[in-house]
Amino acid sequence: MSEAQPKVGLFVTCLIDFIRPSVGFAAVKLLEQAGCHVEVPDAQTCCGQPAYNSGDRKSTADIALQVIEAFEGYDYVVAPSGSCAGMLKKHYPNLFEDGSEARKRADAVSQKTHELVSFLYRVLKVRSVDAAFDGSVTYHDSCSGYRELGISSEPRALLATVNGLKLQEMEDSNVCCGFGGTFCVKYPEISNEMVSKKMAAIEAAGTDTLLAGDLGCLMNMAGKLKRSGSNIKVRHVAEVLAGDTDRPAIAEGE
Amino acid sequence: MKPASREFKNNASRALNDAQLQRALNTVQGGFIEKRRNAADKLPEFETLRDQARDIKNHTLEHLDLYLAEWESKATAAGGHVHWCETPAEAREAILSICKRLNAKSVTKGKSMITEEIAINPALADAGIDPVETDLGEYIIQLRGETPSHIIAPAIHVTKDQIEADFRKTHTHLPGDRNLDESTALVNEARQILRQKYIEADVGITGANFLIAETGSSVIVTNEGNGDLTQTLPKAHIVMATIDKMVPTLEDVSTILRLLARSATGQEFSAYTTWSTGPRRPGDLDGPEEYHVVVLDNGRSGMLGTEFQDVLRCIRCGACMNHCPVYQSIGGHAYGWVYPGPIGSVLTPGLIGVDEAGQLPNASTFCGRCEEVCPMRIPLPKMMRHWREKEFESKLTPHTVRTGLGLWSWLARRPGLYHLATGIAARALSAMAGRRGRLRSLPLAGGWTRHRDLPAPQGRSFQARWKSGERSMQ
Repeated sequence: MSEAQPKVGLFVTCLIDFIRPSVGFAAVKLLEQAGCHVEVPDAQTCCGQPAYNSGDRKSTADIALQVIEAFEGYDYVVAPSGSCAGMLKKHYPNLFEDGSEARKRADAVSQKTHELVSFLYRVLKVRSVDAAFDGSVTYHDSCSGYRELGISSEPRALLATVNGLKLQEMEDSNVCCGFGGTFCVKYPEISNEMVSKKMAAIEAAGTDTLLAGDLGCLMNMAGKLKRSGSNIKVRHVAEVLAGDTDRPAIAEGE
Repeated sequence: MKPASREFKNNASRALNDAQLQRALNTVQGGFIEKRRNAADKLPEFETLRDQARDIKNHTLEHLDLYLAEWESKATAAGGHVHWCETPAEAREAILSICKRLNAKSVTKGKSMITEEIAINPALADAGIDPVETDLGEYIIQLRGETPSHIIAPAIHVTKDQIEADFRKTHTHLPGDRNLDESTALVNEARQILRQKYIEADVGITGANFLIAETGSSVIVTNEGNGDLTQTLPKAHIVMATIDKMVPTLEDVSTILRLLARSATGQEFSAYTTWSTGPRRPGDLDGPEEYHVVVLDNGRSGMLGTEFQDVLRCIRCGACMNHCPVYQSIGGHAYGWVYPGPIGSVLTPGLIGVDEAGQLPNASTFCGRCEEVCPMRIPLPKMMRHWREKEFESKLTPHTVRTGLGLWSWLARRPGLYHLATGIAARALSAMAGRRGRLRSLPLAGGWTRHRDLPAPQGRSFQARWKSGERSMQ
């Protein structure tokens, strides 16, 4: 391991840890291919958004401190999710009083936190990936990645270098899919209306695969597509960029 | 207006199952978005103007007491009468007493959401005074006995066919076989009927988009010219405003006006921008003999100096609701009070209480599209979260949510236990799903599985695999 090798702490995210470990491995592979030394701190669970978005600031701050503690030793903190990366980057500092020790630590972690694909493209200057994918894909811009972190061109630029892949844009690719964390179970009918509209846009794009950078949104869209009998496959963008598409797609059987 | 925000979920459910409403929402919505985008793209300084407008309003709100006093002295010097009202009841009383003193039988009204807030129409009707809405959309919903479902397009929930039926039912003095197929025919019919109403009216009530401290003026913008006829023909013009309409100077208003119509309808400017300073002066050709401004607080001053102050920058363009996927799904009535959409979700709890309207700031995915387009850069999602915090602090959050959340937070702060629990659950769910890779139903997950399948875990958790030395899926 060379001295210049950036030391990256992978923030796996609770959903990838629980539902789709293959995305975690794809992230590690992409980071290592780009020359990073990757570690996965043990003491991570979740970024705290369920508590934060339910108004429980105290629990959120406690969880945030735990994440900060686990990750502040790394050169970079990288998450294969715009939503969780946005939480660490844009929201953690606001949990602590200006000028406090905790605020300083939160600011420091905030500055070195990145969403996976934008980290590869913007920080590591990765301009192409070594992967092949035989098929057409459409890309959904998840809200946090798109609006909080300004991610839009990066995944498309890297996808364009995947051998055999054809990208076809859908209408309103940056309009919310209706997931919204706890929103989708608190307001299931509204969420269903939103994901139904999203599904119509996905189907109209006419591709055989849907990609996005956030597993929550992907689970929502995949769940809706499968319930409606659609054959469109749903994957995290990291799986395709890493060339790890042997496993069944999200919500698909063996 | 009696709030129905507590019933938000039921309201939303009804709206989602209302085929007519869904048709109306689908036809109109896209236009606003595209027109705003085009208007913003065509103006190179649009983003800079947003910063300037935000700063103007922030400055005004920081010194609101001074500007209100300055405005009052200028408005009074111009011959206007200023009525400060803390509550809707006081505002109603102020308006009614003017109308009664003038023996008003009929009152024309320009478009005004604040008059909805104080529910002036039923109060006027109770006093034997006929309120006539003159904005076409407002006129339509008045015929239908409804309230606005959008702050600038009040009848957005109504389809053209419904309007035709309403006109035929109401305008019975007109020939039954007249052709109302075209929208222009409907507009012309309403225009002809309203012409007479303007002339008959004793008092005209309008809203105010801005109050200008420097000159003591009020400003309204309309596209139909109805505001001008409402405020110039009757004996008295009553402006219904709130304290947050204040801006310091004419220059400031001009800056903000460059954003207002572009953000609202995608126009560079509304068709009519009407400036009022006092009543008719000697030598003026027209104008009202009396000019009154009723300035309502209704809880707004209580938001100053709090985490909700920024919402008072709002200029009521409606861009937030035009772009909100929740609003697009359910329309405005589901929100249960005067202001729908993201702005309503922040403002309504502030005005009628978070206990009454707590559902509204919860019904958001925090997608952030509202903040992205708000000309005044109001951080709407952040403020919705602040309301959720208020609810949580005052234990208004439902018990089941608190318990579930508490348990989850407790576990999330114990990584060892957390990984043990999630590891077991992941394997169990994976086994339940078997080779299908997804679950059609799951106890306690009905909110999810009613409408979609639940993707099953791939088996052991990532952390478990990583700790056992695996570096790829086995």
